[in-house]
Amino acid sequence: MKKEHLNISQVSMAFPTPTGSFLALDKVSLIIEEGEFVSLIGHSGCGKSTVLNVVAGLHQATEGGVVLDGKEVNEPGPDRAVVFQNHSLLPWLTAYQNVELAVKQVFGKTKSHSEMKDWIEHNLELVHMEHAMHKRPDEISGGMKQRVGIARALAMQPKVLLMDEPFGALDALTRAHMQESLMEIQNELNNTVIMITHDVDEAVLLSDRIVMMTNGPAATIGEILKVELERPRNRVQLADDTEYNRYRQRVLSFLYERQHVPVEKETPRLSVAGAEAA
Amino acid sequence: MFVTNLKGFGREQANELIRSMLLPVIAMMIFLGLWSASASQVETSLGQLPGPVAVYQQASNLLDEHFAERDKETAFYQRQEKRNAKKLAENPEAEIKIRPYTGKPTFFDQIITSLLTVFTGFVIASMIAIPIGILTGLSDGLYKAINPIVQLLKPVSPLAWLPIVTMVVSAVYVSDDPMFSKSYVTSAITVTLCCMWPTLINTAVGVSSMDKDLINVSKVLRLNWFTNIYKIVLPSSMPMIFTGLRLSLSIGWMVLIAAEMLAQNPGLGKFVWDEFQNGSSNSLGRIIVAVITIGLVGFMLDRTMLMLQRRFSWDKSAILR
Repeated sequence: MKKEHLNISQVSMAFPTPTGSFLALDKVSLIIEEGEFVSLIGHSGCGKSTVLNVVAGLHQATEGGVVLDGKEVNEPGPDRAVVFQNHSLLPWLTAYQNVELAVKQVFGKTKSHSEMKDWIEHNLELVHMEHAMHKRPDEISGGMKQRVGIARALAMQPKVLLMDEPFGALDALTRAHMQESLMEIQNELNNTVIMITHDVDEAVLLSDRIVMMTNGPAATIGEILKVELERPRNRVQLADDTEYNRYRQRVLSFLYERQHVPVEKETPRLSVAGAEAA
Repeated sequence: MFVTNLKGFGREQANELIRSMLLPVIAMMIFLGLWSASASQVETSLGQLPGPVAVYQQASNLLDEHFAERDKETAFYQRQEKRNAKKLAENPEAEIKIRPYTGKPTFFDQIITSLLTVFTGFVIASMIAIPIGILTGLSDGLYKAINPIVQLLKPVSPLAWLPIVTMVVSAVYVSDDPMFSKSYVTSAITVTLCCMWPTLINTAVGVSSMDKDLINVSKVLRLNWFTNIYKIVLPSSMPMIFTGLRLSLSIGWMVLIAAEMLAQNPGLGKFVWDEFQNGSSNSLGRIIVAVITIGLVGFMLDRTMLMLQRRFSWDKSAILR
């Protein structure tokens, strides 16, 4: 048994609105081990991002709290690096400079100039961006931007890597490619990862555990599914695998049979995935 | 078919050239024609309102006067040198003085004075407005606090500021050997007071409308206050800051002419005022030359800012005009 690494304990989150306080999250509790890859899945508006923001320290939980390696989280910091959905690279800096900003901030006092340079280049190589290191975000494709975003997060050597729908804005082929890269990196570095996703296949393919969330208001964890597929995983082989399909079936049935799609917040991509399953 | 395509392409290009070159020229001809025709109808106490031809003559007169004045200046210094050389030849111990030339400034000297004055006022305004704009953009409370004051002071005319500025400068700027003349300081400060608002407001809006993801990146990286401003806030609001600066500079240039008229700063404003008071038959023509010059210089200032904006803009895809 690995040691307890990240403890999300009884986290509730209420937002003030003109008509009174709105309870977005209700007592979310989750313990994550070191090196574990956990996906949060649920319909839009169920508070997945809120959980991630609380762990990142960008939001303060109204009740409960988050403990990372024995320390309570109450502000954002580089030990919980975030990969945002829309890459959020600084558009006036090159890929290299974007990573450099993070590396200088985290290792400015401990690493020498040339060590930092090597470390930046190493991380960009990890995401296969060494050929476009000195290009600015508007000169590279969406997938490449997201790669740089991941490199920036990895370069901080975070204790937990938080990914907020990292591939949501990418086309299906690029997304598949990015998932492969992420598995490869995960295999090498064995990071602790929390990833938010809408995509059932992505969740099953990448995760050690899938956390399914109920719909808001007062969203909470509905079911946790442990995915015990052998690694390395191969998407083409798994497509026919009965185990894989059983996991997939479990997630789909949770999302579409036990949880209703919130009427006004239904997203097109989800309904397509539903149609496929049916 | 290839040939017809090529021909078609050539025709399209020719059309484009006509559009971009010929249309402005035609418009200008019509404008000059209308001006000429209507000016001849107006009889003032200083004679007929000058048309384009009369104005052109006055422009070349001003140019001639400029060179004549320069010749006089060189002659003046040559005479001094000769006299001094003679003095030294008679007595090597003699004290030598070189007196500065005190002829009146020409039209072109006045343009330079105006440019220097507006530049001073604009730089001071930017140095005040950008930092305050950043602070107001970062803090909602500060924005709410400062906004009424800004809205109140923004529409005040330079003519209302000028008497106050004049009195304050006379009272505060006291020195036996002043580096700048009072009229220069007064005009520059009036420009500052009137032109800082667009920069301040645009900077504040630019900073407050920053991409939320970028703010989060800064938080996750735990950038300190200064690094956050320098690395994230400033570059991301640079386009809006430049929009503000361009507006400020054009307002400053407009305000300057009025300020110089009343403060008697020896620039284009004073030129117009002096010609008006002078009231010779040439005066109206010379004033129109000044009007056109003011327009041209204003246009060039705006283009210069646009060039700087393009140079410093990270978003090369943005269309700047």
